[in-house]
Amino acid sequence: MTAILLIASALFCAGVFGLLTQKHAIGVMIAIEVMINAANLIFVGLGQHKGAAVGQSFALFTIAIAVAEVVVGLAIVLLLYRSRGDVQVDEAREMRQ
Amino acid sequence: MNMAMFLQDPGLWLIGLVTVAFAMLAVTVKDLVHAVLWLGMALLGTAALFAKFDASFLAAIQVLLYVGGVVVLLIFGVMLTRNHEHLAAFRQTRRPVRAAVVAVALFVALVHAILNTPGLNDAPAGKSVSLQDLGLALLGPYAFAFEVLSLLLLAAMVGAVVLARKRDPGQPSAKKLIRHRNLGRQVVEGLAATDEVGQ
Repeated sequence: MTAILLIASALFCAGVFGLLTQKHAIGVMIAIEVMINAANLIFVGLGQHKGAAVGQSFALFTIAIAVAEVVVGLAIVLLLYRSRGDVQVDEAREMRQ
Repeated sequence: MNMAMFLQDPGLWLIGLVTVAFAMLAVTVKDLVHAVLWLGMALLGTAALFAKFDASFLAAIQVLLYVGGVVVLLIFGVMLTRNHEHLAAFRQTRRPVRAAVVAVALFVALVHAILNTPGLNDAPAGKSVSLQDLGLALLGPYAFAFEVLSLLLLAAMVGAVVLARKRDPGQPSAKKLIRHRNLGRQVVEGLAATDEVGQ
């Protein structure tokens, strides 16, 4: 049990590092995916450890919500690219055309 | 990590460390296309860990949705937003030292908390969660959340289509309309000016 918690925290911290250093919008989304995966790992690991179906159910919900987030995020990134010509998150201040 | 913990389940540690290494590469490598592919490998590693926990259904979902769906979507995103001089695909980073300090500090705090929590190494419950248990849980106590989730997916789909849709070329944008109006006004004023000069 300790092993999986340690592995998941290492994954989460890798995600935090990415989130703090990225300038490219898709780089930020990659970092967020890594962090969501760490959370999923703990959901499944703890659920199997305790023999409860709640862990896997929540992991399933998290996966679906993460996919929805990626879809909407990519649509926003494409819109940003179309209206500004680049997708650096530091420089994006408004979404009006 | 002491040796006894490692020897307890070496396979778990090996897959876990490889997954963490892939994730590190995904957030540090220079080319974004490579970063997305490393992310795909990290997600595959997570799927392997799920399979190791006897959660084979979740492992299959992870491969189908993440490796098959999200990675492909992200690659599309990278390629569609690539600039012509393809500088944008090479990412610049900001404040790497401070970010590393924050990440390492968070990791140390988490490890400290995990190692000092009693009862984590209790014997496992013994019974494994079967696919049948999972299905019963999803349609029993979590049926409402399950239905709301389908609504969320529909909303995300409609939202993405509305956001990313190209504007109808026959229907000019507000900005263009304003520009045309100003241009028209300038032309009228210019004509009036030449009229005055002619007289």
